[in-house]
Amino acid sequence: MEIREISVIGGFGKTGEPEAVARLDMRMGDVVSIVGPTGSGKTMLINDIALFADANTPSRRRVLVNGEPAPTIFQEDPSRNPIALITQHTTFLSDLPVREFLRIHARIRRTERQESAVEETLAFANELTGEPIIEQAAMTELSGGQTRALLVADAVVIGNSPIILLDEIENAGIDRLRALKLLKRYRKIFIFVTHDLRITLLSDYRVALLRGAMRAIIPRVEEERRVASRIGRIDEIMVAMRDRLRAGEQLIERELLGDLRQVLDAPSAEVMR
Amino acid sequence: MRAVICAGPPTSGKTTVLRHAAHRLAERGRRIAYLKIDVQYCDEDETFARELGVPARKVYSGDLCPDHCSVLVLGDALAWAGRESAEFLIVETAGLCLRCAPYIEGALGLIVLEATSGMNLPRKIGAMLTLADLAVVTKIDLVSQAEKEVFRANLLDAADIPVIETDALHGINLEPVVRRMEATPELVQPSRLRGSPPMSVCTICAGKKEIGWEHHFGIVRTLDSDLFYRGQ
Ligand SMILES: Nc1nc2c(ncn2[C@@H]2O[C@H](COP(=O)(O)OP(=O)(O)OP(=O)(O)O)[C@@H](O)[C@H]2O)c(=O)[nH]1
Ligand SMILES: Nc1ncnc2c1ncn2[C@@H]1O[C@H](COP(=O)(O)OP(=O)(O)OP(=O)(O)O)[C@@H](O)[C@H]1O
Ligand SMILES: [Mg+2]
Ligand SMILES: [Mg+2]
Ligand SMILES: [Zn+2]
Ligand SMILES: [Zn+2]
Repeated sequence: MEIREISVIGGFGKTGEPEAVARLDMRMGDVVSIVGPTGSGKTMLINDIALFADANTPSRRRVLVNGEPAPTIFQEDPSRNPIALITQHTTFLSDLPVREFLRIHARIRRTERQESAVEETLAFANELTGEPIIEQAAMTELSGGQTRALLVADAVVIGNSPIILLDEIENAGIDRLRALKLLKRYRKIFIFVTHDLRITLLSDYRVALLRGAMRAIIPRVEEERRVASRIGRIDEIMVAMRDRLRAGEQLIERELLGDLRQVLDAPSAEVMR
Repeated sequence: MRAVICAGPPTSGKTTVLRHAAHRLAERGRRIAYLKIDVQYCDEDETFARELGVPARKVYSGDLCPDHCSVLVLGDALAWAGRESAEFLIVETAGLCLRCAPYIEGALGLIVLEATSGMNLPRKIGAMLTLADLAVVTKIDLVSQAEKEVFRANLLDAADIPVIETDALHGINLEPVVRRMEATPELVQPSRLRGSPPMSVCTICAGKKEIGWEHHFGIVRTLDSDLFYRGQ
């Protein structure tokens, strides 16, 4: 089944009030952020999506695929499920060597191109992490960041899931912005639960939650791309300062102000580079 | 009376699954009774009585194999649940013995396995899995997509039964389990044990499948008594 669109029909928030957003349509290729304060129901929303909720969860939301209720096979067999959910707790428990494990997954998932899918997964995971993954290492020996990278790469390449849900990738120990850029090469629906300013601003639109309810869908406007870009430069300044601290140096206020002034003074047209 | 017999290794999530299912059954006005069979300690009966206000009790099998114990006491337990005017008797077994299986004919046999127990677990357990009607895989919130899929593939390799993946802690995807419970037909008595227990020496092991201690000899017990000897 080719997935073109996935929709959430609004239900009720925690206090029982109907959701302000009556319908959320996410089209193939969309990058979406789910934002809101702690406890506002972000995880609940992506769980509803991952479950193809049908008014049978506490929110009473319904999820449609191409405008119709999802086929039951999606729920009945994980390898037929088009959604890969990577939560804050998801991890690998197998102590098989990395390559062997990926081969087993590729074998049950695909009939063809098994070996090249394994190669592509490893290559993609290595692009996401700082430290390359040792293929002979056991899955359980991978670092936190390597594990996240491989979870994402496996879902994207071997799993070939058209819809990827990621809960708080910024805490994953991988370079979140690089990950976002690399992921955008694949045409999928990406849904990020995030507290991160830049991930939010690099998404096509964001869904704001409050007290368990979808409050608004906010498109990312052109001006916000410039905001994101300036914030990125401030980020770079902070990273550079942290590196200098790590190198045992002392920080100089005048230099910081000079760097910040450059960000402030850059004309809007130039800020996008 | 309808009966649900639930087995599975220790800490696999049996209670968590049954609690959520019982909640939903109760919400639909179903009257249930709960029995836990364990070796020497358990407190699930108290949880069920407190949280759901349903008749609940436990049996310690002590020196008996808990699945043997279940064969002996289940006849009495069905009668007890009947007296409590329950429509469902839900039995949670100890599930320690991988060679035994406590399922009986006409009841829903449910095995609960945790996805975190290693991808090869389905290959290691015998009758407890192969004689079940439905496998519920818990703790999928903790494992990767890949391991979920491999676990299922190995499970289906070992047993030809439907599989339902759940995050039982958060009550996710338990609806199909509840539907299956509701679709269980009335138990036709007298009921019999489904499979042959492993070779040993007692009447149950020797292949006598009748449910109820009255049908067995040697060291037996009733729901309420201690072990006693019953000779022929
Ligand atoms: N994360 C997570 N934890 C779970 C899940 N299912 C059960 N647990 C936890 O696993 C532990 C054991 O669950 P129980 O339901 O007590 O297991 P059990 O099979 O009844 O255990 P015994 O009766 O003692 O053999 C508890 O701490 C549960 O909260 C699940 O799907 N996800
Ligand atoms: N629409 C809803 N109806 C009923 N309960 C809800 C609803 N939305 C969320 N909840 C409940 O509110 C609690 C907090 O929700 P959730 O964990 O999704 O928040 P979160 O935004 O992911 O928080 P955090 O940022 O801390 O991860 C949970 O117990 C959840 O079940
Ligand atoms: Mg959350
Ligand atoms: Mg238990
Ligand atoms: Zn036994
Ligand atoms: Zn015996």
